[in-house]
Amino acid sequence: MRPLSVPAPPHAFTDPARIRNFCIIAHIDHGKSTLADRMLEFTGLVEGRNMRAQYLDKMDIERERGITIKAQNVRLPWTHDGDDYVLHLIDTPGHVDFSYEVSRSLAACEGAILLVDAAQGIEAQTLANLYLALENDLHIIPVLNKIDLPAAQPEKYAAELAHIIGCDPDTVLRVSAKTGEGVRELLDEVVRTVPHPVGDPDAPPRLLIFDSVYDQYRGVITYVRVFDGRLTTRDRCLMMSTGAAHETLEVGVAAPEPTPTGSIGVGEVGYVIPGVKEVRQARVGDTITSASKPATEMLGGYRHPKPMVYSGLYPIDGSDYPLLRDSLDKLQLNDAALVYEPETSVALGFGFRCGFLGLLHMEIVRERLEREADLALISTAPNVVYRIAMEDGSEMVVTNPADWPEGKISGVYEPIVDAMVLLPSDYVGSVMELCQQRRGTLKGMEYLSQDRVELKYVLPLAEIIFDFFDQLKSRTRGYASLDYEPAGEQEADLVKVDILLQGETVDAFSAIVHRDKAYAYGTAMTSKLRELIPRQQFEVPIQAAIGSRVIARENIRAIRKDVLAKCYGGDITRKRKLLEKQKEGKRRMKMVGRVEVPQEAFIAALQTTPKTD
Amino acid sequence: MPSTLPEGEPAPTDGALPAEVLAGAADRPLGIYLHVPFCATRCGYCDFNTYTAVELGPGVSQSSYADTAIAELDLAHRVLGDAARPVSTVFVGGGTPTLLPPAELTRMLRAVDERFGLEPGAEVTTESNPESVDAAALQALRAAGFTRISFGMQSAREHVLAVLDRQHTPGRVDRVVRDAQAAGFEHVNVDLIYGTPGESDADWGASLEAAVATGADHVSAYALIVEEGTRLAARIRRGEFDAPDDDVLADRYLMAEETLSGAGFAWYEVSNWARSEAGRSRHNVGYWTGADWWGVGPGAHSHVGGDAVGVRWWNVKHPAAYAERLQAGRSPAHAREILDAATRRTEDIMLRLRLRDGLALAGLRGSAVQTAERARDDGLLEPASYDEGRAVLTVRGRLLADALVRDLVA
Repeated sequence: MRPLSVPAPPHAFTDPARIRNFCIIAHIDHGKSTLADRMLEFTGLVEGRNMRAQYLDKMDIERERGITIKAQNVRLPWTHDGDDYVLHLIDTPGHVDFSYEVSRSLAACEGAILLVDAAQGIEAQTLANLYLALENDLHIIPVLNKIDLPAAQPEKYAAELAHIIGCDPDTVLRVSAKTGEGVRELLDEVVRTVPHPVGDPDAPPRLLIFDSVYDQYRGVITYVRVFDGRLTTRDRCLMMSTGAAHETLEVGVAAPEPTPTGSIGVGEVGYVIPGVKEVRQARVGDTITSASKPATEMLGGYRHPKPMVYSGLYPIDGSDYPLLRDSLDKLQLNDAALVYEPETSVALGFGFRCGFLGLLHMEIVRERLEREADLALISTAPNVVYRIAMEDGSEMVVTNPADWPEGKISGVYEPIVDAMVLLPSDYVGSVMELCQQRRGTLKGMEYLSQDRVELKYVLPLAEIIFDFFDQLKSRTRGYASLDYEPAGEQEADLVKVDILLQGETVDAFSAIVHRDKAYAYGTAMTSKLRELIPRQQFEVPIQAAIGSRVIARENIRAIRKDVLAKCYGGDITRKRKLLEKQKEGKRRMKMVGRVEVPQEAFIAALQTTPKTD
Repeated sequence: MPSTLPEGEPAPTDGALPAEVLAGAADRPLGIYLHVPFCATRCGYCDFNTYTAVELGPGVSQSSYADTAIAELDLAHRVLGDAARPVSTVFVGGGTPTLLPPAELTRMLRAVDERFGLEPGAEVTTESNPESVDAAALQALRAAGFTRISFGMQSAREHVLAVLDRQHTPGRVDRVVRDAQAAGFEHVNVDLIYGTPGESDADWGASLEAAVATGADHVSAYALIVEEGTRLAARIRRGEFDAPDDDVLADRYLMAEETLSGAGFAWYEVSNWARSEAGRSRHNVGYWTGADWWGVGPGAHSHVGGDAVGVRWWNVKHPAAYAERLQAGRSPAHAREILDAATRRTEDIMLRLRLRDGLALAGLRGSAVQTAERARDDGLLEPASYDEGRAVLTVRGRLLADALVRDLVA
């Protein structure tokens, strides 16, 4: 058993019997990237001195946050019992927003390493991904990491893992990705226990895209797993979901840098460059086949990504609008799930209504826009997608409170999720209280071990995207973890609360909330705006209203004195210059009816969205 | 005059003016402002360009000041050339002009007369602190040709005067106004300040009554402005006093309007009331209606020009630097700005709207026309004057004058 010294690119197709495709399922901070780094080092792919921490995480944001957003993959040569094997490690994204991408990565594998921190035990997201892996019939190798830590409790957590997946606690491997202890044994275990891929080498090619990224120089690069046949650069490739054919510019493997091989065969994992400009033309989950010898059936599980959360994004400086548009266009090249359309707001000017997979996706998009284009942005409070049935039998989908219908509504339906919270048993009461406040329905409670509990709730998605995670963390001192998946919709007593300034609706503050929380939202918002909006020459009522019914009201008293007493010869220049400056400031004022509001006031109100708890 | 100078373009060292600003000068009144940058002590609220003996430092003396100012009058006469003409108004301000002996003030006034000549009936004003003049001084000033005197009364309440660091006692103002009238001053002004920390509505009412009772024919009433960098600002920051509240100031203004109009005064500018048209300060009206004026002294501003183009400049601030420039035969101007037609229109709105005579509606352009109409509907402009083509502020409008100016120039 020794690593190959030179990772030569394969000139011939690898026998599928010598291939093992696997992934690592782990929580943030549980050491997935460190383990991957160690594997790269032990298989000789990356020498120790060239190692940079977390080699596979490529985006700055990923490295800073210690999470994986885009899946990466690498081909590892490994010798076991005198035979050479090719191991494909497919790194999976690590967040609930990207669970579809996770499912595609899992679909590309036959096995999964379930990696758990020996000092912390399994977390909700890991458990959710484990269930996904089990659904995909993956072979699971349970592993405890960080056994070198003084706080490690390998016995306790081995028992927990054994309980969850139904295995013998003694079969749970123990490694330290940091020191390298147990990593070689783990690679051997992968060879021994993960089934090799099976496919028809002579059938028309079927390649599953499990990741798709935009490269400035090469266009879109798709990461693929070959299920049947083979694809060479001589084939034109065909995207089965769209029926569009493209030239196959390059085919290769990641070792770990992209290495062209000219072709890729059954069971292998690699990349295809299909000569397209946008990732929407080569989406995750799609099947690539050959245009000249096309397969008839797509690989299963393709789904068009559907935005779950919407928010308005506005440049703080209105003149940045074209830059924001260009930056979104550019970002979309690399983000098939991002949707946006122009939107105008009385309070915030020109911006975009954007749809995201979830809150993290939203944060990432915003952060990339701010970081990569140096934009200062303000976003409106996020909302989910509502289905509204009207009394006249018509139906509509609302992604923006501004589009809430005027007519008689017979029912409002909101998306709900199956949520799973893993937490120390001490905090169960407090977390149940939180879920109750957020209109949750308890579906189950299970002790994973003596002091660790899994709570299952059905929750409205709208309640989760509103600081739920922060609340959960603060109530459990950071010990709880959360995962959820869409679970359809439910009818709910939801209303749109408008905020009015002198009778005029301020669009950016309209919100769709549960009727029981409408009053809290209304009073919080009106009193906040009263503090932030300067006094005018006339009294300005601030109201919160459901339809025409006012539920909260504040008044901004009229300003009575706005005049400087003295204006003599020596004051004129200074006073005029001040006036010219104020004139500039006035141009940046937003007019709501006759009320002048500095944009900063709106921004401040949005940045501290009131809690309705 | 606040002590911070504005930004501007460099002014020519010989003081020369662009030829076009002198066009039509003969039709515009000319005023001379003489700044006297000295005070016995500095008041806590004051940020004017004035200096106590200690603040002044070596190299500048009050005794040589008149000569330096006269050197600038020479320069003014030279620069104006053919546009030099008899002056309509002279205003000696400060500082505390009467800190200089009457003979020195007389010498400066005579220098004006010798170079430019005084128009028949010219208005010649000096400011004065009640504690710095007596009957003899007043007689001397009147004899020298001063026609109008302005006293810094500020308040009739001792505790208010104490917060303002004013040195006189309340009764002193009555005395000096009587002395001034006895000396033959036809027009006497008293300055009042309202909104001083610790002043109550009753205090203010008493001050207004006292001002009326002095027999002065002109009252200026100013809301206290807490200027950055003053001792008063520091005391407010430290929490010793509350900053003046705008709603309270509004109430006090309304009290002033009520008391003064009840006593036979009429407003002619936001902060100025006079018993008769003749009692108005013609010099100040010149600032607000586009007259030419030459400001002599450190930090003084000057203005020459007509509707099409004008120039405004301001002198270096410190008396030492000012004297040094003039001794070297150079203009003491620190910087200047050229006022084009659009800028002048803005200033016209800014200044004339403050006047009882108001602003001609015909001069408004674009959306300002609708803004004015709405201001009338909102009760900020007098409907009757509006119908006669003038924008004249109501009493509520006077309190919101700056807001309306912003709307009109937006």
